[in-house]
Amino acid sequence: MPATLGVAGTWRRGPLGTIWRHRWPLLFVSPFFILFAVFALYPIFFSLYLSFHEWRGVGAMRPVGFANYTRLFGDRIFWGSMLNAVILFFIYVPLMTFLAVVIATVLHGSFLRLQGLWRAIVFMPHLTSMVAAGFTFRLILDTHSGFANQALAALGASPVPWLDDMWWARISVGLLMIWAWLGYNTIIMLAGLQTIPIEVNEAASVDGANRVQVFFRITVPLLKPVILFAVTLSIIGTFQLFTEPYILTGGGPIRATETPVMQIFSSTFANLRFGYAAAMSYVYFVTIIVLAIVQFKLVTRGDRR
Amino acid sequence: MTAKHGDLLVKGVTYAALIALSAFMLFPFVWMLVSSFKPFPEIFSGRSFLPLEPTLANYTALFERYDALRKFWNSFYIATTATALSVFLCALGGYAFAKFHFPGRNAMFAILLASMTIPFAVLLVPLFVMMRNTFGWIDTPWPLIIPGAANAFGIFFMRQYMLSVSDDMLDAARIDGASEFGIFVRVVLPTALPGLASLAIIFFMASWNNFLWPLAVLRSEHMHTVPIMLNSLQGPPGRTAFDLLMAGSVLSVLPMLLVFFFLQRYLIAGITAGSVKG
Repeated sequence: MPATLGVAGTWRRGPLGTIWRHRWPLLFVSPFFILFAVFALYPIFFSLYLSFHEWRGVGAMRPVGFANYTRLFGDRIFWGSMLNAVILFFIYVPLMTFLAVVIATVLHGSFLRLQGLWRAIVFMPHLTSMVAAGFTFRLILDTHSGFANQALAALGASPVPWLDDMWWARISVGLLMIWAWLGYNTIIMLAGLQTIPIEVNEAASVDGANRVQVFFRITVPLLKPVILFAVTLSIIGTFQLFTEPYILTGGGPIRATETPVMQIFSSTFANLRFGYAAAMSYVYFVTIIVLAIVQFKLVTRGDRR
Repeated sequence: MTAKHGDLLVKGVTYAALIALSAFMLFPFVWMLVSSFKPFPEIFSGRSFLPLEPTLANYTALFERYDALRKFWNSFYIATTATALSVFLCALGGYAFAKFHFPGRNAMFAILLASMTIPFAVLLVPLFVMMRNTFGWIDTPWPLIIPGAANAFGIFFMRQYMLSVSDDMLDAARIDGASEFGIFVRVVLPTALPGLASLAIIFFMASWNNFLWPLAVLRSEHMHTVPIMLNSLQGPPGRTAFDLLMAGSVLSVLPMLLVFFFLQRYLIAGITAGSVKG
Protein backbone atom coordinates (compact mmCIF):
# COMPACT_ATOMS: atom_id res chain seq x y z
CA MET A 1 0.00 0.00 0.00
CA PRO A 2 2.42 2.72 -1.16
CA ALA A 3 -0.14 5.50 -0.77
CA THR A 4 -0.34 5.10 2.98
CA LEU A 5 3.42 5.52 3.33
CA GLY A 6 2.93 9.10 2.24
CA VAL A 7 5.49 11.86 2.46
CA ALA A 8 6.72 10.81 5.89
CA GLY A 9 7.98 7.51 4.51
CA THR A 10 10.02 8.79 1.55
CA TRP A 11 13.07 9.91 3.55
CA ARG A 12 13.43 6.35 4.77
CA ARG A 13 14.49 5.33 1.27
CA GLY A 14 17.25 7.98 1.06
CA PRO A 15 20.67 8.05 2.73
CA LEU A 16 19.15 9.32 5.97
CA GLY A 17 16.94 6.24 5.97
CA THR A 18 20.00 4.01 5.58
CA ILE A 19 21.62 5.70 8.56
CA TRP A 20 18.38 5.39 10.54
CA ARG A 21 18.09 1.66 9.83
CA HIS A 22 21.67 1.15 11.00
CA ARG A 23 21.46 3.65 13.81
CA TRP A 24 22.47 1.24 16.58
CA PRO A 25 25.79 -0.04 15.25
CA LEU A 26 26.63 3.46 13.99
CA LEU A 27 25.89 4.85 17.42
CA PHE A 28 28.03 2.12 19.03
CA VAL A 29 31.10 2.89 16.92
CA SER A 30 30.63 6.67 17.04
CA PRO A 31 32.58 7.31 20.29
CA PHE A 32 35.75 6.05 18.64
CA PHE A 33 35.30 8.17 15.53
CA ILE A 34 34.36 11.30 17.46
CA LEU A 35 37.35 10.97 19.81
CA PHE A 36 39.62 10.02 16.89
CA ALA A 37 38.56 13.10 14.93
CA VAL A 38 38.95 15.47 17.88
CA PHE A 39 42.05 14.04 19.59
CA ALA A 40 44.02 12.51 16.70
CA LEU A 41 42.97 13.74 13.27
CA TYR A 42 42.57 17.39 14.18
CA PRO A 43 45.83 17.54 16.18
CA ILE A 44 47.73 15.94 13.29
CA PHE A 45 46.56 18.67 10.91
CA PHE A 46 47.07 21.36 13.52
CA SER A 47 50.58 20.04 14.00
CA LEU A 48 51.26 20.39 10.27
CA TYR A 49 50.11 24.01 10.43
CA LEU A 50 52.21 24.54 13.54
CA SER A 51 55.30 23.11 11.86
CA PHE A 52 55.36 26.03 9.42
CA HIS A 53 55.36 28.56 12.25
CA GLU A 54 57.55 29.75 15.03
CA TRP A 55 55.67 29.77 18.30
CA ARG A 56 56.69 29.71 21.94
CA GLY A 57 53.32 28.45 23.15
CA VAL A 58 51.85 31.88 23.88
CA GLY A 59 51.17 34.94 21.80
CA ALA A 60 51.02 35.14 18.03
CA MET A 61 52.44 32.49 15.71
CA ARG A 62 54.98 33.72 13.21
CA PRO A 63 54.85 31.98 9.81
CA VAL A 64 58.32 30.88 8.78
CA GLY A 65 57.69 28.71 5.70
CA PHE A 66 59.96 25.71 5.53
CA ALA A 67 62.53 27.14 7.94
CA ASN A 68 61.77 24.59 10.66
CA TYR A 69 62.22 21.73 8.21
CA THR A 70 65.41 23.02 6.63
CA ARG A 71 66.91 23.59 10.07
CA LEU A 72 65.75 20.14 11.15
CA PHE A 73 67.54 18.40 8.29
CA GLY A 74 70.80 19.84 9.54
CA ASP A 75 70.01 19.15 13.20
CA ARG A 76 72.71 16.69 14.26
CA ILE A 77 71.20 16.25 17.71
CA PHE A 78 67.86 15.13 16.26
CA TRP A 79 69.39 12.75 13.71
CA GLY A 80 71.73 11.53 16.43
CA SER A 81 68.68 10.59 18.50
CA MET A 82 67.17 8.74 15.50
CA LEU A 83 70.47 6.88 15.09
CA ASN A 84 70.45 6.11 18.82
CA ALA A 85 67.06 4.43 18.42
CA VAL A 86 68.46 2.26 15.61
CA ILE A 87 71.56 1.38 17.67
CA LEU A 88 69.45 0.54 20.72
CA PHE A 89 67.23 -1.64 18.55
CA PHE A 90 70.23 -3.72 17.44
CA ILE A 91 71.63 -3.87 20.97
CA TYR A 92 68.60 -5.47 22.59
CA VAL A 93 65.99 -6.70 20.10
CA PRO A 94 67.89 -9.59 18.42
CA LEU A 95 69.11 -10.95 21.75
CA MET A 96 65.75 -10.47 23.46
CA THR A 97 63.79 -12.08 20.61
CA PHE A 98 66.16 -15.05 20.47
CA LEU A 99 65.97 -15.52 24.25
CA ALA A 100 62.17 -15.25 24.13
CA VAL A 101 61.93 -18.05 21.56
CA VAL A 102 64.35 -20.25 23.53
CA ILE A 103 62.60 -19.65 26.86
CA ALA A 104 59.19 -20.21 25.33
CA THR A 105 60.39 -23.48 23.79
CA VAL A 106 61.75 -24.62 27.16
CA LEU A 107 58.58 -23.59 29.01
CA HIS A 108 56.52 -25.34 26.37
CA GLY A 109 58.48 -28.58 26.86
CA SER A 110 56.65 -31.30 28.67
CA PHE A 111 59.30 -32.33 31.20
CA LEU A 112 59.50 -29.03 33.01
CA ARG A 113 58.08 -28.64 36.51
CA LEU A 114 56.68 -25.40 37.97
CA GLN A 115 55.96 -24.06 34.50
CA GLY A 116 53.57 -21.40 35.81
CA LEU A 117 56.11 -20.14 38.32
CA TRP A 118 58.90 -19.65 35.76
CA ARG A 119 56.49 -17.92 33.40
CA ALA A 120 55.27 -15.61 36.15
CA ILE A 121 58.84 -14.70 37.19
CA VAL A 122 59.90 -13.88 33.64
CA PHE A 123 56.75 -11.83 33.12
CA MET A 124 56.78 -9.88 36.42
CA PRO A 125 59.06 -7.01 35.30
CA HIS A 126 56.57 -6.11 32.59
CA LEU A 127 54.11 -4.97 35.29
CA THR A 128 56.59 -2.59 36.81
CA SER A 129 56.46 1.14 36.35
CA MET A 130 59.48 1.98 34.20
CA VAL A 131 60.09 4.98 36.43
CA ALA A 132 60.51 2.67 39.44
CA ALA A 133 62.55 0.17 37.43
CA GLY A 134 64.70 2.89 35.87
CA PHE A 135 65.68 4.32 39.26
CA THR A 136 66.36 0.84 40.65
CA PHE A 137 68.64 0.04 37.71
CA ARG A 138 70.36 3.39 38.18
CA LEU A 139 71.10 2.42 41.76
CA ILE A 140 72.33 -1.06 40.85
CA LEU A 141 74.47 0.14 37.93
CA ASP A 142 76.03 3.15 39.68
CA THR A 143 79.73 3.05 38.79
CA HIS A 144 81.05 3.85 42.26
CA SER A 145 78.58 2.36 44.70
CA GLY A 146 76.26 0.16 42.63
CA PHE A 147 75.71 -3.49 43.43
CA ALA A 148 76.74 -4.62 39.93
CA ASN A 149 80.29 -3.27 40.24
CA GLN A 150 80.61 -4.49 43.83
CA ALA A 151 79.67 -7.98 42.69
CA LEU A 152 82.21 -7.71 39.85
CA ALA A 153 84.86 -6.54 42.30
CA ALA A 154 84.11 -9.51 44.56
CA LEU A 155 84.75 -11.74 41.55
CA GLY A 156 88.01 -9.92 40.91
CA ALA A 157 86.79 -8.09 37.81
CA SER A 158 87.39 -4.40 37.21
CA PRO A 159 84.46 -1.99 37.50
CA VAL A 160 82.33 -1.27 34.43
CA PRO A 161 81.31 2.36 33.67
CA TRP A 162 77.69 1.22 33.18
CA LEU A 163 76.15 4.67 32.94
CA ASP A 164 79.25 6.81 32.37
CA ASP A 165 80.39 5.57 28.97
CA MET A 166 78.54 6.05 25.68
CA TRP A 167 78.41 2.40 24.67
CA TRP A 168 77.98 1.00 28.16
CA ALA A 169 75.09 3.39 28.75
CA ARG A 170 73.42 2.09 25.60
CA ILE A 171 74.01 -1.47 26.78
CA SER A 172 72.54 -0.55 30.17
CA VAL A 173 69.39 0.81 28.53
CA GLY A 174 69.28 -2.40 26.48
CA LEU A 175 69.58 -4.44 29.68
CA LEU A 176 66.65 -2.59 31.21
CA MET A 177 64.64 -3.14 28.02
CA ILE A 178 65.40 -6.86 27.99
CA TRP A 179 64.48 -7.07 31.66
CA ALA A 180 61.19 -5.28 31.05
CA TRP A 181 60.13 -6.86 27.74
CA LEU A 182 61.54 -10.39 27.68
CA GLY A 183 58.53 -11.81 29.51
CA TYR A 184 56.08 -10.07 27.22
CA ASN A 185 57.83 -11.50 24.14
CA THR A 186 58.06 -14.93 25.73
CA ILE A 187 54.30 -14.95 26.29
CA ILE A 188 53.71 -14.08 22.63
CA MET A 189 56.08 -16.87 21.50
CA LEU A 190 54.39 -19.32 23.86
CA ALA A 191 51.02 -18.51 22.31
CA GLY A 192 52.59 -19.12 18.91
CA LEU A 193 54.06 -22.45 20.00
CA GLN A 194 50.67 -23.61 21.20
CA THR A 195 49.41 -23.43 17.62
CA ILE A 196 52.14 -25.81 16.36
CA PRO A 197 50.85 -29.39 16.52
CA ILE A 198 52.88 -31.56 18.90
CA GLU A 199 53.08 -34.29 16.23
CA VAL A 200 55.44 -32.11 14.16
CA ASN A 201 58.10 -32.10 16.88
CA GLU A 202 57.50 -35.72 17.75
CA ALA A 203 57.87 -36.81 14.13
CA ALA A 204 61.20 -34.97 13.94
CA SER A 205 62.43 -36.59 17.17
CA VAL A 206 61.52 -40.02 15.86
CA ASP A 207 63.51 -39.24 12.73
CA GLY A 208 66.54 -38.84 14.99
CA ALA A 209 66.81 -35.05 15.14
CA ASN A 210 68.20 -33.73 18.43
CA ARG A 211 66.70 -30.87 20.42
CA VAL A 212 68.88 -28.19 18.89
CA GLN A 213 68.10 -29.40 15.36
CA VAL A 214 64.38 -29.47 16.11
CA PHE A 215 64.62 -25.95 17.49
CA PHE A 216 66.40 -24.38 14.51
CA ARG A 217 64.93 -26.46 11.69
CA ILE A 218 61.34 -26.81 12.87
CA THR A 219 60.35 -24.55 15.77
CA VAL A 220 61.89 -21.33 14.47
CA PRO A 221 60.59 -21.63 10.86
CA LEU A 222 57.09 -22.53 12.04
CA LEU A 223 57.16 -19.65 14.48
CA LYS A 224 58.31 -17.15 11.84
CA PRO A 225 55.03 -15.16 11.59
CA VAL A 226 54.88 -14.75 15.35
CA ILE A 227 58.55 -13.75 15.53
CA LEU A 228 57.94 -11.13 12.83
CA PHE A 229 54.94 -9.82 14.74
CA ALA A 230 57.06 -9.49 17.88
CA VAL A 231 59.94 -7.80 16.02
CA THR A 232 57.53 -5.32 14.42
CA LEU A 233 56.23 -4.43 17.88
CA SER A 234 59.84 -4.00 19.02
CA ILE A 235 60.64 -1.62 16.14
CA ILE A 236 57.66 0.54 17.04
CA GLY A 237 58.48 0.27 20.75
CA THR A 238 62.12 1.26 20.29
CA PHE A 239 61.22 4.37 18.33
CA GLN A 240 58.74 5.33 21.06
CA LEU A 241 61.30 4.89 23.84
CA PHE A 242 61.12 7.67 26.40
CA THR A 243 60.73 6.71 30.05
CA GLU A 244 63.54 4.15 30.31
CA PRO A 245 66.43 6.33 29.05
CA TYR A 246 64.86 9.48 30.56
CA ILE A 247 65.10 7.95 34.03
CA LEU A 248 68.13 5.65 33.71
CA THR A 249 70.60 7.85 31.84
CA GLY A 250 68.82 11.15 31.24
CA GLY A 251 69.84 10.68 27.61
CA GLY A 252 73.56 10.82 28.41
CA PRO A 253 76.43 10.57 28.47
CA ILE A 254 77.03 12.99 25.57
CA ARG A 255 73.46 12.32 24.30
CA ALA A 256 74.39 8.70 23.54
CA THR A 257 71.04 7.39 24.79
CA GLU A 258 68.84 10.32 23.82
CA THR A 259 65.83 9.13 21.81
CA PRO A 260 63.65 10.99 19.26
CA VAL A 261 60.74 11.23 21.71
CA MET A 262 63.06 12.79 24.31
CA GLN A 263 64.07 15.33 21.65
CA ILE A 264 60.44 16.16 20.86
CA PHE A 265 59.68 16.44 24.57
CA SER A 266 62.57 18.75 25.39
CA SER A 267 62.01 20.94 22.30
CA THR A 268 58.44 21.44 23.48
CA PHE A 269 58.68 21.71 27.23
CA ALA A 270 62.25 22.84 27.89
CA ASN A 271 62.99 25.00 24.86
CA LEU A 272 59.38 26.03 24.12
CA ARG A 273 59.96 25.67 20.37
CA PHE A 274 56.50 24.35 19.53
CA GLY A 275 56.74 24.83 15.76
CA TYR A 276 60.12 23.14 15.61
CA ALA A 277 58.90 20.26 17.78
CA ALA A 278 55.89 19.84 15.47
CA ALA A 279 58.17 19.64 12.43
CA MET A 280 60.30 17.13 14.31
CA SER A 281 57.22 15.00 15.08
CA TYR A 282 56.35 14.97 11.39
CA VAL A 283 59.78 13.90 10.20
CA TYR A 284 59.87 11.28 12.97
CA PHE A 285 56.43 9.95 11.96
CA VAL A 286 57.28 9.74 8.25
CA THR A 287 60.55 7.95 9.06
CA ILE A 288 58.72 5.33 11.13
CA ILE A 289 56.13 4.81 8.39
CA VAL A 290 58.89 4.37 5.79
CA LEU A 291 60.70 1.89 8.06
CA ALA A 292 57.46 -0.03 8.64
CA ILE A 293 56.77 -0.22 4.89
CA VAL A 294 60.34 -1.34 4.13
CA GLN A 295 60.11 -4.03 6.81
CA PHE A 296 56.70 -5.12 5.51
CA LYS A 297 58.00 -5.33 1.91
CA LEU A 298 60.98 -7.38 3.02
CA VAL A 299 58.74 -9.73 4.93
CA THR A 300 56.12 -10.22 2.21
CA ARG A 301 58.83 -10.75 -0.41
CA GLY A 302 60.17 -13.53 1.81
CA ASP A 303 56.72 -15.08 2.04
CA ARG A 304 56.12 -15.21 -1.71
CA ARG A 305 59.34 -17.12 -2.30
CA MET B 1 71.55 -45.71 29.71
CA THR B 2 73.44 -42.96 27.86
CA ALA B 3 70.19 -41.45 26.61
CA LYS B 4 68.97 -41.34 30.22
CA HIS B 5 72.18 -39.57 31.28
CA GLY B 6 71.84 -37.13 28.40
CA ASP B 7 68.30 -36.32 29.47
CA LEU B 8 69.42 -35.70 33.03
CA LEU B 9 72.16 -33.37 31.80
CA VAL B 10 69.70 -31.44 29.63
CA LYS B 11 67.32 -31.14 32.56
CA GLY B 12 70.08 -29.99 34.88
CA VAL B 13 71.34 -27.34 32.46
CA THR B 14 67.79 -26.17 31.77
CA TYR B 15 66.96 -25.73 35.43
CA ALA B 16 70.28 -24.00 36.11
CA ALA B 17 69.60 -21.59 33.24
CA LEU B 18 66.06 -20.93 34.46
CA ILE B 19 67.32 -20.20 37.97
CA ALA B 20 69.94 -17.79 36.62
CA LEU B 21 67.31 -16.08 34.49
CA SER B 22 64.92 -15.82 37.44
CA ALA B 23 67.68 -14.27 39.54
CA PHE B 24 68.17 -11.59 36.88
CA MET B 25 64.42 -10.97 36.72
CA LEU B 26 63.85 -10.89 40.47
CA PHE B 27 67.01 -9.10 41.61
CA PRO B 28 65.82 -5.53 40.88
CA PHE B 29 62.67 -6.20 42.95
CA VAL B 30 64.77 -7.54 45.82
CA TRP B 31 67.17 -4.60 45.62
CA MET B 32 64.26 -2.15 45.53
CA LEU B 33 62.79 -3.79 48.64
CA VAL B 34 65.96 -4.05 50.75
CA SER B 35 67.07 -0.52 49.80
CA SER B 36 63.70 0.88 50.81
CA PHE B 37 64.45 -0.13 54.43
CA LYS B 38 67.95 1.36 54.44
CA PRO B 39 68.86 4.85 55.68
CA PHE B 40 70.22 7.06 52.89
CA PRO B 41 73.99 6.66 53.58
CA GLU B 42 73.67 2.90 53.86
CA ILE B 43 72.19 2.62 50.35
CA PHE B 44 75.50 3.80 48.93
CA SER B 45 77.91 2.33 51.49
CA GLY B 46 77.68 -1.15 49.98
CA ARG B 47 78.54 -2.71 53.33
CA SER B 48 75.63 -5.09 53.53
CA PHE B 49 73.04 -6.67 51.30
CA LEU B 50 70.32 -6.59 53.95
CA PRO B 51 69.71 -3.36 55.83
CA LEU B 52 72.01 -3.09 58.88
CA GLU B 53 69.66 -0.64 60.58
CA PRO B 54 66.26 -1.42 59.06
CA THR B 55 63.97 1.57 59.16
CA LEU B 56 60.51 2.56 58.01
CA ALA B 57 61.55 6.21 57.92
CA ASN B 58 61.67 6.24 54.11
CA TYR B 59 58.04 5.21 53.93
CA THR B 60 56.82 7.61 56.59
CA ALA B 61 58.79 10.50 55.06
CA LEU B 62 57.20 9.79 51.71
CA PHE B 63 53.73 10.19 53.21
CA GLU B 64 54.52 13.05 55.57
CA ARG B 65 56.73 15.21 53.38
CA TYR B 66 55.50 14.36 49.89
CA ASP B 67 51.82 13.64 50.53
CA ALA B 68 52.14 10.24 48.87
CA LEU B 69 48.61 9.27 49.81
CA ARG B 70 47.27 12.04 47.63
CA LYS B 71 49.41 10.86 44.70
CA PHE B 72 48.31 7.27 45.11
CA TRP B 73 44.72 8.45 45.16
CA ASN B 74 45.31 10.49 41.98
CA SER B 75 46.81 7.46 40.24
CA PHE B 76 44.04 5.18 41.44
CA TYR B 77 41.26 7.60 40.57
CA ILE B 78 42.59 8.26 37.07
CA ALA B 79 43.32 4.59 36.34
CA THR B 80 39.90 3.42 37.56
CA THR B 81 37.90 6.05 35.70
CA ALA B 82 39.90 5.72 32.50
CA THR B 83 39.65 1.92 32.62
CA ALA B 84 35.91 1.78 33.28
CA LEU B 85 35.10 4.26 30.53
CA SER B 86 37.41 2.75 27.94
CA VAL B 87 36.40 -0.84 28.58
CA PHE B 88 32.75 0.12 28.14
CA LEU B 89 33.28 2.10 24.94
CA CYS B 90 35.64 -0.51 23.46
CA ALA B 91 33.15 -3.29 24.16
CA LEU B 92 30.40 -1.23 22.52
CA GLY B 93 32.48 -0.56 19.41
CA GLY B 94 33.86 -4.08 19.24
CA TYR B 95 30.35 -5.50 19.48
CA ALA B 96 29.12 -3.34 16.59
CA PHE B 97 32.06 -4.36 14.37
CA ALA B 98 31.64 -8.03 15.22
CA LYS B 99 27.90 -8.51 15.10
CA PHE B 100 26.36 -5.92 12.77
CA HIS B 101 26.46 -5.31 9.05
CA PHE B 102 26.29 -1.63 8.32
CA PRO B 103 27.32 0.56 5.39
CA GLY B 104 30.94 1.63 5.59
CA ARG B 105 31.84 -1.01 8.14
CA ASN B 106 34.93 -2.26 6.34
CA ALA B 107 36.21 1.23 5.63
CA MET B 108 35.64 2.23 9.24
CA PHE B 109 37.45 -0.85 10.47
CA ALA B 110 40.38 -0.06 8.17
CA ILE B 111 40.56 3.48 9.60
CA LEU B 112 40.50 1.98 13.09
CA LEU B 113 43.41 -0.36 12.33
CA ALA B 114 45.37 2.40 10.58
CA SER B 115 44.94 4.69 13.58
CA MET B 116 46.92 2.22 15.69
CA THR B 117 50.07 3.07 13.73
CA ILE B 118 50.12 6.70 14.92
CA PRO B 119 52.81 6.97 17.61
CA PHE B 120 51.75 9.01 20.61
CA ALA B 121 54.80 11.27 20.34
CA VAL B 122 53.40 12.64 17.08
CA LEU B 123 50.34 13.90 18.96
CA LEU B 124 52.25 15.16 21.99
CA VAL B 125 52.78 18.76 20.87
CA PRO B 126 49.40 19.53 19.24
CA LEU B 127 47.45 17.60 21.89
CA PHE B 128 49.22 19.50 24.66
CA VAL B 129 48.40 22.82 22.98
CA MET B 130 44.76 21.72 22.64
CA MET B 131 44.54 20.65 26.26
CA ARG B 132 45.96 23.94 27.46
CA ASN B 133 44.53 26.51 25.03
CA THR B 134 41.22 24.99 23.89
CA PHE B 135 40.02 22.80 26.74
CA GLY B 136 41.85 24.25 29.73
CA TRP B 137 42.53 20.74 30.96
CA ILE B 138 46.08 21.17 32.27
CA ASP B 139 46.27 19.95 35.87
CA THR B 140 43.01 18.02 35.53
CA PRO B 141 42.58 14.25 35.10
CA TRP B 142 40.68 14.69 31.81
CA PRO B 143 43.62 14.53 29.38
CA LEU B 144 44.42 11.12 30.87
CA ILE B 145 40.84 9.86 30.65
CA ILE B 146 39.05 11.28 27.60
CA PRO B 147 41.37 11.21 24.54
CA GLY B 148 42.19 7.51 24.89
CA ALA B 149 38.73 6.46 26.03
CA ALA B 150 37.68 4.56 22.90
CA ASN B 151 41.04 3.34 21.73
CA ALA B 152 41.57 1.29 18.59
CA PHE B 153 43.45 -1.58 20.20
CA GLY B 154 40.64 -2.12 22.70
CA ILE B 155 37.94 -2.11 20.03
CA PHE B 156 39.96 -4.50 17.87
CA PHE B 157 40.49 -6.76 20.88
CA MET B 158 36.80 -6.76 21.82
CA ARG B 159 35.76 -7.36 18.21
CA GLN B 160 37.85 -10.54 18.07
CA TYR B 161 36.30 -11.56 21.36
CA MET B 162 32.71 -10.75 20.38
CA LEU B 163 32.89 -12.72 17.12
CA SER B 164 32.23 -15.84 19.17
CA VAL B 165 29.05 -14.46 20.78
CA SER B 166 26.14 -16.57 19.49
CA ASP B 167 23.86 -14.87 16.98
CA ASP B 168 20.95 -17.10 18.01
CA MET B 169 21.13 -15.71 21.51
CA LEU B 170 21.03 -12.13 20.18
CA ASP B 171 18.10 -12.94 17.87
CA ALA B 172 16.20 -14.59 20.72
CA ALA B 173 16.60 -11.42 22.78
CA ARG B 174 15.41 -9.32 19.82
CA ILE B 175 12.30 -11.47 19.44
CA ASP B 176 11.63 -10.95 23.13
CA GLY B 177 11.48 -7.25 22.32
CA ALA B 178 14.70 -6.12 24.00
CA SER B 179 16.22 -2.87 22.73
CA GLU B 180 19.63 -3.03 21.04
CA PHE B 181 21.30 -1.21 23.90
CA GLY B 182 19.47 -3.45 26.37
CA ILE B 183 20.77 -6.52 24.53
CA PHE B 184 24.31 -5.14 24.74
CA VAL B 185 24.10 -4.50 28.48
CA ARG B 186 22.13 -7.57 29.54
CA VAL B 187 23.18 -10.25 27.04
CA VAL B 188 26.49 -9.31 25.43
CA LEU B 189 28.41 -7.81 28.35
CA PRO B 190 27.83 -10.76 30.71
CA THR B 191 29.01 -13.30 28.13
CA ALA B 192 32.09 -11.18 27.36
CA LEU B 193 33.19 -10.83 30.99
CA PRO B 194 36.56 -12.65 30.61
CA GLY B 195 37.43 -10.44 27.65
CA LEU B 196 36.40 -7.33 29.58
CA ALA B 197 38.61 -8.45 32.47
CA SER B 198 41.62 -8.88 30.17
CA LEU B 199 41.13 -5.46 28.67
CA ALA B 200 40.51 -3.84 32.06
CA ILE B 201 43.78 -5.19 33.46
CA ILE B 202 45.76 -4.00 30.43
CA PHE B 203 44.19 -0.53 30.59
CA PHE B 204 44.59 -0.21 34.34
CA MET B 205 48.23 -1.23 34.15
CA ALA B 206 48.93 1.17 31.28
CA SER B 207 47.29 4.05 33.12
CA TRP B 208 48.93 3.27 36.48
CA ASN B 209 52.42 3.18 34.93
CA ASN B 210 51.89 5.96 32.37
CA PHE B 211 54.62 8.57 32.46
CA LEU B 212 55.14 10.73 29.35
CA TRP B 213 51.66 12.23 28.98
CA PRO B 214 51.03 12.83 32.71
CA LEU B 215 54.47 14.45 32.88
CA ALA B 216 53.31 16.87 30.18
CA VAL B 217 49.86 17.73 31.54
CA LEU B 218 50.03 17.35 35.35
CA ARG B 219 51.98 20.40 36.35
CA SER B 220 51.02 21.15 39.98
CA GLU B 221 52.35 18.90 42.68
CA HIS B 222 48.97 18.09 44.21
CA MET B 223 47.80 16.67 40.87
CA HIS B 224 50.81 14.38 40.39
CA THR B 225 50.42 10.65 39.91
CA VAL B 226 52.81 8.14 41.49
CA PRO B 227 55.34 7.91 38.61
CA ILE B 228 55.46 11.72 38.41
CA MET B 229 56.03 11.90 42.19
CA LEU B 230 58.91 9.43 41.87
CA ASN B 231 60.42 11.49 39.06
CA SER B 232 60.18 14.63 41.18
CA LEU B 233 62.30 13.04 43.92
CA GLN B 234 65.18 13.34 41.51
CA GLY B 235 67.76 15.98 42.32
CA PRO B 236 71.08 17.19 40.97
CA PRO B 237 73.83 14.50 40.85
CA GLY B 238 74.30 12.99 44.30
CA ARG B 239 71.17 14.63 45.65
CA THR B 240 68.54 12.25 44.29
CA ALA B 241 66.49 10.89 47.19
CA PHE B 242 67.08 7.23 46.40
CA ASP B 243 65.91 6.20 49.90
CA LEU B 244 62.43 7.65 49.39
CA LEU B 245 62.51 6.65 45.74
CA MET B 246 62.93 2.98 46.57
CA ALA B 247 60.12 3.10 49.15
CA GLY B 248 57.87 4.78 46.59
CA SER B 249 58.87 2.29 43.92
CA VAL B 250 57.98 -0.65 46.14
CA LEU B 251 54.57 0.87 46.82
CA SER B 252 53.97 1.60 43.14
CA VAL B 253 54.84 -1.94 42.07
CA LEU B 254 52.89 -3.71 44.80
CA PRO B 255 49.33 -3.19 43.48
CA MET B 256 50.35 -4.38 40.00
CA LEU B 257 51.92 -7.53 41.42
CA LEU B 258 48.76 -8.26 43.41
CA VAL B 259 46.62 -7.78 40.30
CA PHE B 260 48.99 -10.07 38.42
CA PHE B 261 48.94 -12.90 40.94
CA PHE B 262 45.18 -12.96 41.18
CA LEU B 263 44.28 -12.25 37.56
CA GLN B 264 47.29 -13.58 35.68
CA ARG B 265 45.15 -15.70 33.35
CA TYR B 266 43.20 -12.70 32.03
CA LEU B 267 46.27 -10.58 31.55
CA ILE B 268 48.06 -13.23 29.53
CA ALA B 269 44.93 -13.88 27.46
CA GLY B 270 44.82 -10.15 26.68
CA ILE B 271 48.43 -9.95 25.61
CA THR B 272 48.37 -12.99 23.36
CA ALA B 273 45.14 -12.00 21.60
CA GLY B 274 45.93 -10.99 18.06
CA SER B 275 49.55 -12.12 18.18
CA VAL B 276 48.87 -15.52 16.68
CA LYS B 277 46.24 -14.64 14.12
CA GLY B 278 47.61 -11.18 13.45
